Amino acid sequence: MIKTADVVIIGGGISGCAIAYNLLKKGVKDVVVIEKAYLASGATGRCGAGIRQQWGTEMNCRISKLSSDFFENANEELDYDGDIEFKQGGYLIVSSTEKEHEQFKKNVTLQNSLGIQSKLLNLDEAREIVPFLNTEGLISATFHQKDGHLNPFHTTQAFANAAKRLGAHIYTYTEVMDIIVEGGRIVGVKTNKGDISTNIVVNAAGGYSQLIGNMVGLELPVFSERHQILVTEPVEPVLGPMVMSFSLNLYCQQVPHGSIIMGRGDEGEPRDLRITSGWHFLEEMTKTITKVLPPLKDVRLLRQWAGLYNMTPDRQPIYGPVDEVEGFYLAIGYSGHGFMFGPATGLLMAESILGEETTLPIDMLHLNRFKKGELIFEPSVV
Amino acid sequence: MDDNAIVCRCSDLTVKDVRNLIAKGFTTFDELKRISRIGMGPCQGRTCAQLVLRELSIATGKQISELKPGTYRPPVKGIKLGAICECSTGGEVHD
Ligand SMILES: Cc1cc2nc3c(=O)[nH]c(=O)nc-3n(C[C@H](O)[C@H](O)[C@H](O)COP(=O)(O)OP(=O)(O)OC[C@H]3O[C@@H](n4cnc5c(N)ncnc54)[C@H](O)[C@@H]3O)c2cc1C
Ligand code: FES
Repeated sequence: MIKTADVVIIGGGISGCAIAYNLLKKGVKDVVVIEKAYLASGATGRCGAGIRQQWGTEMNCRISKLSSDFFENANEELDYDGDIEFKQGGYLIVSSTEKEHEQFKKNVTLQNSLGIQSKLLNLDEAREIVPFLNTEGLISATFHQKDGHLNPFHTTQAFANAAKRLGAHIYTYTEVMDIIVEGGRIVGVKTNKGDISTNIVVNAAGGYSQLIGNMVGLELPVFSERHQILVTEPVEPVLGPMVMSFSLNLYCQQVPHGSIIMGRGDEGEPRDLRITSGWHFLEEMTKTITKVLPPLKDVRLLRQWAGLYNMTPDRQPIYGPVDEVEGFYLAIGYSGHGFMFGPATGLLMAESILGEETTLPIDMLHLNRFKKGELIFEPSVV
Repeated sequence: MDDNAIVCRCSDLTVKDVRNLIAKGFTTFDELKRISRIGMGPCQGRTCAQLVLRELSIATGKQISELKPGTYRPPVKGIKLGAICECSTGGEVHD
């Protein structure tokens, strides 16, 4: 293990690997990624890996558009010898309340003004896209063709391989045990395989980010919440787009391989680090999905699993440095949508660490927004 | 085993595929599974897991008993989604 590094990144998920790649691309020399298990073993490898540009705030539309544009050329840009399996089958988001329908109109106007070609659809138009959609109880839908899905393992591996070619030191099965702070400044990290001196540490530890915060004496305003997901056996292509609903609390998408992946949030989830599978989810999920997409009744469940959402009070990520400890950076709190932000996270965090002007403004995502009471209101989250 | 022998029938991987992936640095069952879908098929690895562990054991020099097989995730056998919700609403379960 190397003894000294310019930057140490904690976490080998999409965030950590994308940040490392961007730092190296910008010429930083010794960049270290420390991952306690294997790459994408956290939320990244457990997520739905759906990506959408249909957001309700300008900031989220722009962050997700930047990322999606990157994904379109990522195999080439990252010179990957595999395939990140980007399928742009679109997201069909359905509304089931008047209030939601009104919000959809505003969202589409905003999205169109930012170059995102989403459309508001009536239910007949929605059924042209998904013919077996049961529209009972629904009001309208929005659709954007460029939304879609990626393979999260390959996407993370593609960033990691590109970073390694540029000289990244990636240590898997290595755990950060403590961070050393002297005089309010980061001076190093302690791992179970040795110590590294560094003045910059990036917390990209996903569901464990609060524990990393504690290592520098910070109580970060985040908590982790289990979210479950299931996958069916592979079947013939039947579902082009992701079908999603905020009010019905569901998302469902067929991946190129043929399997159908679906998930929903559970109100009563405990706020801890548990990631075991539960029966209650299975019941609620199958009930909801077979109502909206009835033919799925006959598809067989293959596996269910779970991962952690790292939640913030306004369900928006925290990006950038902290005021309390010099050299400590955060890329955490994605609240369930951090995979699709990956490329932007990498670029914006690298710019922030190097003191460059960021491609998109990220000041409003700073940790101190919670102290100042400047929370962000995003209407479109599951 | 012959290079072209199939290791994982569900996800269509040969001995050669597995050896190539191990050579690329995917040296645990969990990592192989996630990068290649080996062991993720309808049989959930019941057919191939032992063969994969054997290859890993040869490549890493570790005993099979020291190697971690992947997590066995519920359910044990594929069930129709419709059967799950019928069951939860008190209906009859049939396959
Ligand atoms: C069920 C589910 C579905 C989701 N669906 C979507 C979706 O459709 N679209 C989307 O955009 N997002 C989705 N998300 C959210 C998405 O998965 C996350 O926001 C994203 O993967 C976060 O990536 P990350 O790299 O920041 O964190 P992670 O992938 O969690 O990586 C953090 C890593 O840090 C490591 N680590 C922690 N502590 C230490 C330590 N002390 N030392 C060393 N390493 C450490 C962990 O092992 C982990 O690998 C979903 C999440 C879940 C759980
Ligand atoms: S043979 Fe490998 S998963 Fe079934």
